[in-house]
Amino acid sequence: MMKNRMICLSILFIAATAGSALAQNTGISSGYPTTHDGLNRDAQRGHGLYLRYCVLCHGVYGDGNGDTAPFIDPKPRDFTIATFKCRSTPTGTLPLDSDLINTLVRGVETSNMPSWRPLSGENRDDLIAYIKTFSERWKTEKPGEPIKMPPETPVTIESIRHGHELFQKVECWKCHGQQGHGDGPSASTLTDSKDQPIRPYNFASAGNDARFKCGVTNQDLYRIFMTGLDGTPMPSFADVIQPNDAWDLVHYLRTLQVNRRSKENEVLKAAGGPATLKTPENKSENNSPANSTTLAHSGGR
Amino acid sequence: MRTKQMLVALLPLLICPCLLFAGAVSGKVTYTGTPARQKPIDMSKEPSCAKQHPAPVTTETVVTGPNNALDNVVVYVSSGAPDDGQVPAQTVTYDQKGCQYIPHVQPMHVNQELKILNDDQTSHNIHPLAKVNREWNKSQPPGTPPLSEKFDKPEFIPVKCNVHPWMHGWFAVLTTNHYDVSKDGGDFKLPNLPPGKYTITAWHESYGTQTADVTITGNETKDVKFTFTAKPY
Repeated sequence: MMKNRMICLSILFIAATAGSALAQNTGISSGYPTTHDGLNRDAQRGHGLYLRYCVLCHGVYGDGNGDTAPFIDPKPRDFTIATFKCRSTPTGTLPLDSDLINTLVRGVETSNMPSWRPLSGENRDDLIAYIKTFSERWKTEKPGEPIKMPPETPVTIESIRHGHELFQKVECWKCHGQQGHGDGPSASTLTDSKDQPIRPYNFASAGNDARFKCGVTNQDLYRIFMTGLDGTPMPSFADVIQPNDAWDLVHYLRTLQVNRRSKENEVLKAAGGPATLKTPENKSENNSPANSTTLAHSGGR
Repeated sequence: MRTKQMLVALLPLLICPCLLFAGAVSGKVTYTGTPARQKPIDMSKEPSCAKQHPAPVTTETVVTGPNNALDNVVVYVSSGAPDDGQVPAQTVTYDQKGCQYIPHVQPMHVNQELKILNDDQTSHNIHPLAKVNREWNKSQPPGTPPLSEKFDKPEFIPVKCNVHPWMHGWFAVLTTNHYDVSKDGGDFKLPNLPPGKYTITAWHESYGTQTADVTITGNETKDVKFTFTAKPY
């Protein structure tokens, strides 16, 4: 009787520990949960994960000054100021948790931030909970409202042409260059918010696997220029480009990815190629913006 | 009828008797030592701006005048002001003209409306590098209406345009309406201060802050002088 009871207790104990371990090890690691005053349970677990995976670049204090930071370009994100590049929310506002998780899963193209897709969903949530402890902003502010994005408009030559006019009008080329090579007249002088040199995105560099800093889809591209990439020179154009017009700019920007197979490139090719976009007003494509495009709220003051 | 007119005339004094005894603080900001030489700005990459400046343009990190006068110093009541926390209804305006910020330093009250204009024929991006407030970055192409913004915490915020790297300015977000920026030879004036004890602070973007305590006893103007130590680098 006593022996049976011991066996039952042993089985229960093993089942309980295994269950707990399984619950925590659904990703590549559960990290090393460490005691840390003032943290909730998620952040406690996140702290362990942070020490294992993030601390070398982002630093013990989350200020982007980890041991490897001096050798990294661009510099790791400083979580103490809670300014994030990839958001669905307007410039100057905190991102949604889902924005941070997307960054974690995707990584950040053209930086040293890798994809952390192998981490489990629970691990990612815990990491985000811990990262949010580095700035008081998370206690005093709510994340911004995600920007409104109307359904994508059809890709037509008119849409691409209008996108090209917007590209000239809002002067994307000043940084990204007329061909989108990241070699505009201001490109060599750009610095981020920590005064570190930073290069504009080169649209033409990638092929079919083209990725932007904050995603791969047309929706991601729309969000990038409408929300801006906070902490970098890339501003938000939400105040100056109407939502539907923004899709036209997306379609034009896709044609700058000349080595990528896309509906946009097919439509442009069928219409006669890039030369067909040049109107008499912008044929020289130097400093003069196209005249036929109006901007959001335009009309002077 | 006459009594009614008199009452209307006296109403502001009944509401705020301090107006009967409004003192002021005025003075001058100067420097000792050798200030850094300002660097010439090359605007040739932006011809529409370059042509607006027949005379050479330099950086504005230190702007001096005759007799060691120091301009662009924000002088404000940092303690003791009677109307702390009252957000003024009028807006302050910050202009981008000739690829320069006008004025170079713009004080404002916390939560006061700030209008940002682009009077140039080129796109600017206005990028306040706030650390206490929220950092944001907005494009403002030519012909678009002013941006309307507010900052909800006191802070001296550097402002830059990434497209035109020589453009640097400052927002001075304060918790008082009693402020001035030294100009025309380092002069400043803080009017409408009722009797009381005040701390006056002077802030310069390169030389830091100084403070002075003053006591105003009546309808008087107290003279306060600030002298910063200039560095040649």
